Amino acid sequence: MTVLELRDVHRTHGRGEAAVHALRGVGLTVAAGELVAVMGPSGSGKSTLLNLAGGLDRPTQGEVHIEGQYLGSLNRRELAALRRRRVGYVFQDFNLLPSLTAAENVALPLELDGVSVRKARAAALAALAEVDLDGYAERFPDEMSGGQQQRVAIARALVGERRLVLADEPTGALDSQTGEAVLRLLRARVDAGAAAVLVTHEARHAAWADRVVFLRDGVIVDTSGPLPAAENLLGAAR
Amino acid sequence: MSVRYGILALLERGPMYGYQLRAAFEESTGATWPLNIGQVYTTLSRLERDGLVRSLPETDGQRPYEITDAGRAEVALWFATPISRGDRPRDELAIKLALALTTPGVDVQSVVQTQRSATMRTLQEYTRLKARDDRPEDLSWRLILDAMIFQAESEVRWLDHCEASLVRYRPATEPTSTAAAASAPAATTSAADAAADEREEAGSR
Repeated sequence: MTVLELRDVHRTHGRGEAAVHALRGVGLTVAAGELVAVMGPSGSGKSTLLNLAGGLDRPTQGEVHIEGQYLGSLNRRELAALRRRRVGYVFQDFNLLPSLTAAENVALPLELDGVSVRKARAAALAALAEVDLDGYAERFPDEMSGGQQQRVAIARALVGERRLVLADEPTGALDSQTGEAVLRLLRARVDAGAAAVLVTHEARHAAWADRVVFLRDGVIVDTSGPLPAAENLLGAAR
Repeated sequence: MSVRYGILALLERGPMYGYQLRAAFEESTGATWPLNIGQVYTTLSRLERDGLVRSLPETDGQRPYEITDAGRAEVALWFATPISRGDRPRDELAIKLALALTTPGVDVQSVVQTQRSATMRTLQEYTRLKARDDRPEDLSWRLILDAMIFQAESEVRWLDHCEASLVRYRPATEPTSTAAAASAPAATTSAADAAADEREEAGSR
């Protein structure tokens, strides 16, 4: 099932002489169970792509669909509601509210959406359990390590019915072992049915994806999918 | 490195005969480096000639070998000495890119991108092996897999770097005579301007 679809998306900032063409005709489809990595130098359009995919920005031309819903047909209020219900973000600096516990942080998007406190808390605890943070519900962000905070952010991104995770350099602030653990977790959540777009400049982390999309000057120049037989690869490496 | 040091290091564990050494070698390298038994025996006889191992009396038709004190010193020295990058085979990829740059009609950017996608695909496959995690306790295996992952990653980073350099690269005009050489800076400037115009055009499309 397709969770995210970008159809011939263009995004131009400014106009005339000063126009900057951040994206120029990008098409991308991400299904449930799929992790897609986006790689490219700074200025290649990665952040613009992620903002458009999450409905934080609107394309100049082209269409964005989330779980079959065409974002262009929604007004501001409807779009905000769709973002709360369907889309989760994971950032480099975790973006947890320091005055809320892990469980409260994860429950927040549901509560903002009008879900009862009791139901939201139950969903938050379930989401925390899925990222192996049982027992951390009452901890505050500053009582947790960076890796644990990022796991809370992933739980928040997938709480309730949310199925689309947009991750912007989620390992940027983590050491290599912790970063790998976060990617492994993201991979597991995707294998359990989520869809994710991962923006990263580290090839080692992009390698956890099913597909790696290379962005240059607002255009997808290449896509690298996996080879069929992993078993033969060690032979080829000799 | 050579099989020689691998075998010496394995004999530090205790006396072994050829087939045992082969199995132990393959096990500790995650089966990434298969040995044939002939290689093992040739290496053992050279090591014996150099006084680094000695053969023990045959039992059940198998001749075990044990490491000597000189052999132990050799292993210790090996572990203490960093591997020189110069000892590795020449980098065909670097040579290919250098040649692509100076060969007319070659789209260097696309050579870079083709290689990057291929290396990325390899990296994805290594990661998939790692994700399966069916041997989580096997640290030797993980170290070797990680070594391959980090090498592939560094190749991708190097390719990114090459690409960034290409964007700024302005081939110098061929100086055919002294006069041409004297006017070369001007020619280079106008070529750079033309390239800049081209980029702007591409940007406004």
